[in-house]
Amino acid sequence: MTSLSPLAPPGVVTSDGLGADLLCFPTREQYFALVESFKNDGFEMCVDVTAVDYLEHFDRPLPDEVVATRFEVVTNLLSLSKKRRVRIRVQAGNEEPEVDSLFALYPGTEALEREVFDMYGIIFTNHPDLTRILMPEDWEGHPLRKDYGSGRVPIQFKEAPGPR
Amino acid sequence: MIDPTVRAAERVELLAAETSEGAQELKRRADTRSDELGREVGAVLRVQGLNVDPDSVDYDRRDDETMIINMGPSHPSTHGVLRLMLELDGEFVLRTKPVIGYLHTGMEKTAEELSYVQGATNVTRMDYLSPVINELSYSMAVEKLLGIEVPERAVWIRMMMSELNRISSHLVWMATNGMDLGSTSMMIYGLRERELILAFFEKTAGLRMNLNYVRPGGVAADLPDGWQDDIQVICDTIYERSFEYDQLLTGQPIFRQRLIGVAPITAEEALALSLTGPLLRSTGVAWDLRRSMPYLAYDQVEFDVIVGTYGDNFDRYAIRLNEIRESVRIVRQCLDMMPSGDYRSQDPKVTPPPRARIGESMEALIHHFKLFTEGFHVPVGEVYSAVESPRGEIGCYIVSDGGPKPYRLHVRGPSFVNLQAVSLLMRGGSMSDTITVISTIDPVMGEVDR
Repeated sequence: MTSLSPLAPPGVVTSDGLGADLLCFPTREQYFALVESFKNDGFEMCVDVTAVDYLEHFDRPLPDEVVATRFEVVTNLLSLSKKRRVRIRVQAGNEEPEVDSLFALYPGTEALEREVFDMYGIIFTNHPDLTRILMPEDWEGHPLRKDYGSGRVPIQFKEAPGPR
Repeated sequence: MIDPTVRAAERVELLAAETSEGAQELKRRADTRSDELGREVGAVLRVQGLNVDPDSVDYDRRDDETMIINMGPSHPSTHGVLRLMLELDGEFVLRTKPVIGYLHTGMEKTAEELSYVQGATNVTRMDYLSPVINELSYSMAVEKLLGIEVPERAVWIRMMMSELNRISSHLVWMATNGMDLGSTSMMIYGLRERELILAFFEKTAGLRMNLNYVRPGGVAADLPDGWQDDIQVICDTIYERSFEYDQLLTGQPIFRQRLIGVAPITAEEALALSLTGPLLRSTGVAWDLRRSMPYLAYDQVEFDVIVGTYGDNFDRYAIRLNEIRESVRIVRQCLDMMPSGDYRSQDPKVTPPPRARIGESMEALIHHFKLFTEGFHVPVGEVYSAVESPRGEIGCYIVSDGGPKPYRLHVRGPSFVNLQAVSLLMRGGSMSDTITVISTIDPVMGEVDR
């Protein structure tokens, strides 16, 4: 499972994903340095940042060295010159998930990381403006978490209107 | 009912308290973190190792010289419920921040509660101008997880339908862009030509928009009888009329002055901001997933990837106009090369049986019942599949836990990411150019907010 791909620096667990994508499983500490090395290696674009809440699936298939946590941040890098994709799955933690922001490397991750923060409550350190992006600012909870029941909150986006 | 005891000044405060988005809004310079300010004025990109120009960042400007105003969310030129906050110095825009989420309906959450069969009806409503392409990226992700092949004819039908969809989406763009720049005739012409394509969609799939036509395993229905004639008419008409648009707009002096040299962006900036689609190609980067990472049968047809040079509004206009012609070219090749055979996979676990079989075969009845109550089970795994939509790379990330519903479905919307370019493109431009910039970025708010 831990084939050391020539693309990834040593010490990072990798495997092959469906559709010929390379998968990397760095730790939280390795994450930023790994993305930086990919960027220097010709991955010009960070296409996507998203996350998954594996509340019910701590037993999901992962390489042996990786310790599964509840939240996983999934980053997609694209190399235009190599025509390759790399998917980086970093275990972000259980109670207070937190990973480094990629803003310093790819400014285009700004909105994507805000969306992940909004939907999952994952903190991105060194993000310039970590506010909610899709939900209203005073919203409670993070909707895409698995313990956030849909239909739990009656649809009312602001407090009851006052006299106008 | 207005309460007369509340004074007007208090009403303003109440209104502000009820409608404010707090920290999401554009704050005054004094209250903004320097890296956030740097992002809003585009300095972050320049410091990224490109042309560092410290003078271009005016951190010291005092707040009382400028004014922050709202544009939207209900503004006719923002193409939906997009709200822009602009910091203005007279007529010039210093900073811009898009505030989004007004159309957020939790579609990714909804997707977790719909089976894979129903999923296509959900994703098709995200980017409502290119429904076929949304369904395509979703269906291809599911098929990758299932490990099934779709028949040759389904591949070509999908390709033809997505190119027709690209044409119709670009036509809407031509129409609204013309409208934004004051050419109301273009509005009418664009929608008139799109009508041809929507009528064909209706004939084929039964619906004009949100087709639910491309499904995991193939397409919902075979092409209707006589489809060749319809396609021929559509291709001829639109190809011919694309030159009328040339006459109407391309050489028009006012139109040119509003577009040429306005809001340029460099290739480095576009890559750093993860922009895709016509925005990226306008800077000269020939990146089109149809050519660079071919899916369906795009490696078997001939077409050109249109690129620009200056990355300005006019390049983005010219790219879309020419992409209409290239798409017509692809559709014509589909017409000639359309193979015969099945239009959907014959795997009974994925594809419902034909209606006639249900009456005579117990097995078919069971398959039909299972498919539409429980849905099919998809092996454990996660997959990302990306296709080229009219707006850029639309990607679908699906995590399956082996059940009949996706454990997680994420759509990487090109409009959502491209919208980040707003702050950079508008900086230093005049107020009237904001409209053209929004227009040439071409965001579809259904996909931005999902």
